Amino acid sequence: MAEVKAVEKVKEPLFGRAEKKLLTDPLNDNNPITVQVLGVCSALAVTSLVYPSVVMAIAVTLVTGFSSLFTSMLRTYIPSQVRMIVQLVIVAFLVTLVEMALKYFNYPIYKQLSVYIGLIITNCIVMGRLEAFAMANKPWRSFLDGLGNGIGYGAILVMVGVVREIFGKGTLFAGSPIELKFIGNTSAYMINTTDSVLFGWYANNNLMVLPAAAMFIIGIMIWIQRSYNTKLVDVS
Amino acid sequence: MDKNSTNYVLLFVLMMTVVVALVLTGVRQGTESKALENEAIFNKRAVLAAVNDYLGMGEGVTANDLADEKVLEIFDSRVKQITLNTAGEVVEGVLAEKIDMAKEKKKDMADRVLPLFQYENEGETFYILSVRGNGLWDEIWGNIALESDINTIAGASFDHKGETPGLGAEIKDNPTFPGNFSGKKIFRDGEFVSVVVRKGGAQDTTYEVDGISGATVTADGVTKMLHDGISLYLPYLNQARQNSKMESLLIDQH
Repeated sequence: MAEVKAVEKVKEPLFGRAEKKLLTDPLNDNNPITVQVLGVCSALAVTSLVYPSVVMAIAVTLVTGFSSLFTSMLRTYIPSQVRMIVQLVIVAFLVTLVEMALKYFNYPIYKQLSVYIGLIITNCIVMGRLEAFAMANKPWRSFLDGLGNGIGYGAILVMVGVVREIFGKGTLFAGSPIELKFIGNTSAYMINTTDSVLFGWYANNNLMVLPAAAMFIIGIMIWIQRSYNTKLVDVS
Repeated sequence: MDKNSTNYVLLFVLMMTVVVALVLTGVRQGTESKALENEAIFNKRAVLAAVNDYLGMGEGVTANDLADEKVLEIFDSRVKQITLNTAGEVVEGVLAEKIDMAKEKKKDMADRVLPLFQYENEGETFYILSVRGNGLWDEIWGNIALESDINTIAGASFDHKGETPGLGAEIKDNPTFPGNFSGKKIFRDGEFVSVVVRKGGAQDTTYEVDGISGATVTADGVTKMLHDGISLYLPYLNQARQNSKMESLLIDQH
């Protein structure tokens, strides 16, 4: 009898190998954007500047993390017929909280991200992780999985944002307190004024500012990632 | 209780909704006043952005660089808020900053009220008008500052809901575009002509500004918005012009 109890009491470590894998897997091997190709819509929309991308990344990470946590905590109580609706309520609840927090702390960025904060609700990554992971795993692990996927998504967002902002606008972190303006001709297509200290010859690439550029950049990222991470290549 | 029974589902959903609603209401109660204050500062900053060149805060300092407190301070000490109707009469009881231009745009012409901000800088008076129209995808809006002659534009600021980044969105993102409006005039020989955003570059340096390549619809939207928006203020502007003419005549005679 005592033996059985001892077996039951073996606890999962708080942060063991499996837990670490949950956090790091979405960064590379199972990245939500480049491997699962989820959440691409918002990745195209908000990445023309780095600063909104960072805010968006943080918002999505919080939402995926905590919605996974709450869903997992409730998973044994959620009636299966309405589980999607329940998940949606949890996600919508968190997104509304994020929206109110942004309005409270940084109104201009709230204005800039406008509808995309609300659209986190429909971000496929969030619902995808809830259905695929949180409904079948314990809260702590689900939380890590949610965070990991949020960070994996956010990392791509910021990388795309950096490329697009540098080549499209010639700035970095525009709109934030640490705005850098270092290359290019900011009004290249309007009037030819060279107002940059460095690289005044570079005319900003207007394509980079358009959502289509993000598509190319993400495509190139997928290519690069698969060229060194060969296990991702579909051999069929 | 059976987890699949209708009663359980109902109870679960009900409890969950109540909890979520209560928490959200609580958080909203706690954050609303600050959020509204932030929104007011955001809008006031946009109004002041129209007089970027006349802020008197030093060379190159724009409304965007000002701290929140500074924006409120300027608004309190140097801006006189006037609410007008479309007949040019002053409407009492409505604060200009509280006017929701999006709602006013939907009203009948006769019922609309218009905000007018009279801004003072070093003895000169500027008249800041708010206009709202349509761009390519959604609404665009802006504030136009007129110098004390009520003819020359002192500056402009624009914003939009969903214009294409890099193209239509440049009306806000690129300081060159609103900057081009400075010094343009809206009356030709006493007749209102507004300012035209010209595709392919301005032909007439007094009444036209350069368009944005690839954003013709947004630019045309700005043209129309300016024309229609400033038109609404005309009864008031014409009267103010008359008055200032009379005044200058009186001064000349003395």
